[in-house]
Amino acid sequence: MVDVLVCVKRVPDSSGQVLLTDDAQAVDARYVGSTLSEHENCAVELAAQLVEADGGTVSLVSIGAAETVEQLRSALAVGAGAATLVETDLRDFGPSDIAHEIAEVVRAHAEAGRTHDLVLLGNDAADTGDFQVPVRLAHALGRPVVTGIRTVSIQDGRAIAHGDAPDGGRETFDLPLPAVVAVSEGGVSPRYPTIKGRMGAKKVEIEMRQPSRAPVGSGRVRLTLPPPTPSSVQVLGEGPEAAPAVVDLFQSLGVLR
Amino acid sequence: MIVVLIETGAEGVTDTSLETLRFARDLAAEGGGVPVHALVVGARPDLDELGKHGISTLYTAGGEGFASYAAAAWAAALIEARDRAGAVVVTAAGTPRGNEVLAHVAARLDVPMAANAVAFDGLSPLVVTRQVAGGLALEEMQLTQRPAVFSVAGHAVEATPADSATEPTVEELAPTLTEADLVARVVSTEPGAPDESGDLKSARVVVGAGRGAGGPEGFGAVSELAELLGGQLGVSRVVTSLGWRPHHEQVGQTGSRIAPDLYVPCGISGAIQHWAGCASSKTILAINTDAEAPMMTKATYAVVGDMHEVVPAIVEEIRRRA
Ligand SMILES: Cc1cc2nc3c(=O)[nH]c(=O)nc-3n(C[C@H](O)[C@H](O)[C@H](O)COP(=O)(O)OP(=O)(O)OC[C@H]3O[C@@H](n4cnc5c(N)ncnc54)[C@H](O)[C@@H]3O)c2cc1C
Ligand SMILES: Nc1ncnc2c1ncn2[C@@H]1O[C@H](COP(=O)(O)O)[C@@H](O)[C@H]1O
Repeated sequence: MVDVLVCVKRVPDSSGQVLLTDDAQAVDARYVGSTLSEHENCAVELAAQLVEADGGTVSLVSIGAAETVEQLRSALAVGAGAATLVETDLRDFGPSDIAHEIAEVVRAHAEAGRTHDLVLLGNDAADTGDFQVPVRLAHALGRPVVTGIRTVSIQDGRAIAHGDAPDGGRETFDLPLPAVVAVSEGGVSPRYPTIKGRMGAKKVEIEMRQPSRAPVGSGRVRLTLPPPTPSSVQVLGEGPEAAPAVVDLFQSLGVLR
Repeated sequence: MIVVLIETGAEGVTDTSLETLRFARDLAAEGGGVPVHALVVGARPDLDELGKHGISTLYTAGGEGFASYAAAAWAAALIEARDRAGAVVVTAAGTPRGNEVLAHVAARLDVPMAANAVAFDGLSPLVVTRQVAGGLALEEMQLTQRPAVFSVAGHAVEATPADSATEPTVEELAPTLTEADLVARVVSTEPGAPDESGDLKSARVVVGAGRGAGGPEGFGAVSELAELLGGQLGVSRVVTSLGWRPHHEQVGQTGSRIAPDLYVPCGISGAIQHWAGCASSKTILAINTDAEAPMMTKATYAVVGDMHEVVPAIVEEIRRRA
């Protein structure tokens, strides 16, 4: 039996191109919609697999706007059983504020008799990319933490976690529970929700909370977009007819053998 | 004073750490030429090389506690180095380890941290510009508390040596490590597959193929073209993720960085993470059905069309002229 809490963040779905809000404080989700990052989808999947293997429960927590309920429901549909939303405007929140609020939820649940043995997070948030909420959370809770993890299993009450070594090999960590683990995408493939999963997710009552303190912030001045590089491409032609022009180019570059 | 955590690999100090040293030196120069110190854990890099990169003092941490990687222990050593040096800036490369260790340092000292800086502007207050949203946007962030903690994104600056070399002194650190510092340590390591990407990294010509190849059988013509040009095949991550080609052929942020005279990406959209690996190509000829794909607008030359028609036609034309 293992009780897993997965921390997820509603982020703009900016796979190709991003726009900024008018006040340049955030990436604008208006035209692209919102989603969860691939790291976090993998964390949810890992949690579901752990509970399938050993029994237990998967809960979710998010700090964010009321609309985050959409992302919580989609993650509930693929294996989580409970969810908490700390409802707030994230703009003024820095990574230490987010870690603090997650820690408050973990403590409140422990007091109510639900100890989250394993807290899973994404390795880095897709929008702000701070690379620090997991470590700050672990410090706040006094728990061990590892980041960049692809797969986790529970053996004899310990978390065995695997990640990439700097030289491309594989590293293993062996942590006592309770622990905090930050997940990088690629170790598991997130499943798609079933109809039954979706129906079940609709019925879950999401625990709503308020932030426990005023945020200290992140030091953000503003966001900018990298200057667009003007295209100076020379189109050599369309389709197979372009082949002679291409080979002329190869000859002028001296790359033909 | 600035302290830089440097990482080492089989070939000594890593390129990203040398880039970070350059970034730190630029910052030090702005601050009136304050010294740059470095910390290395569990290794002893070539002092001459570090001298070329302008290090004043090299702090080392070794012994049982550092025999295998533990982020919290490395952070304890970095904090000790910062205390000894009286450093107001603590930095490392924006690698998985660099970011992880700095996050521990920032959490322990209860100061902010900026991940993946690409530039700085002004010292009081220190403002760093860093990559966010997967590199698609930048954030200006003020670091008013001391020490200022930030990591430096790969390829933000060039790893050029210092104008004048130094003769670093070496100081061994012996930070007190607690059980909590060592509980999350690497307990075993399995070597990865041998690195077969050497030919790709050094190739003068690379012919690229992405999702546009359509499937594992779609690489015949591009491989042939690569061969005719005496080059190598390079692919996008979609191609390796789908198992169409092996990982050592991948170009990009999580693959190889290439710098050939000519790169010919076929059916590759040119996502930022792919571009990170091919931006140093001297000439790029993109072949894509979509004239608006980022790779097509960033390339030097382009052919609009189906790679399965265009590439065989090029191969045929080369043969005809041979
Ligand atoms: C953390 C992270 C790290 C990453 N690292 C890397 C990395 O190292 N390397 C990498 O490549 N990606 C990397 N990616 C993935 C990257 O974001 C893109 O998803 C990927 O590069 C897209 O591959 P693609 O261009 O082959 O596919 P797509 O983006 O799907 O593009 C296919 C292109 O082919 C064109 N096309 C389709 N059919 C044809 C045809 N018949 N003829 C000609 N053109 C055709 C289309 O117009 C399109 O432009 C990373 C992503 C993340 C989040
Ligand atoms: N607002 C949030 N709510 C819940 N989890 C979050 C939030 N922000 C960050 N996290 C978690 O922390 C991870 C790392 O974020 P970061 O340190 O901001 O890059 C994310 O992948 C999430 O799992």
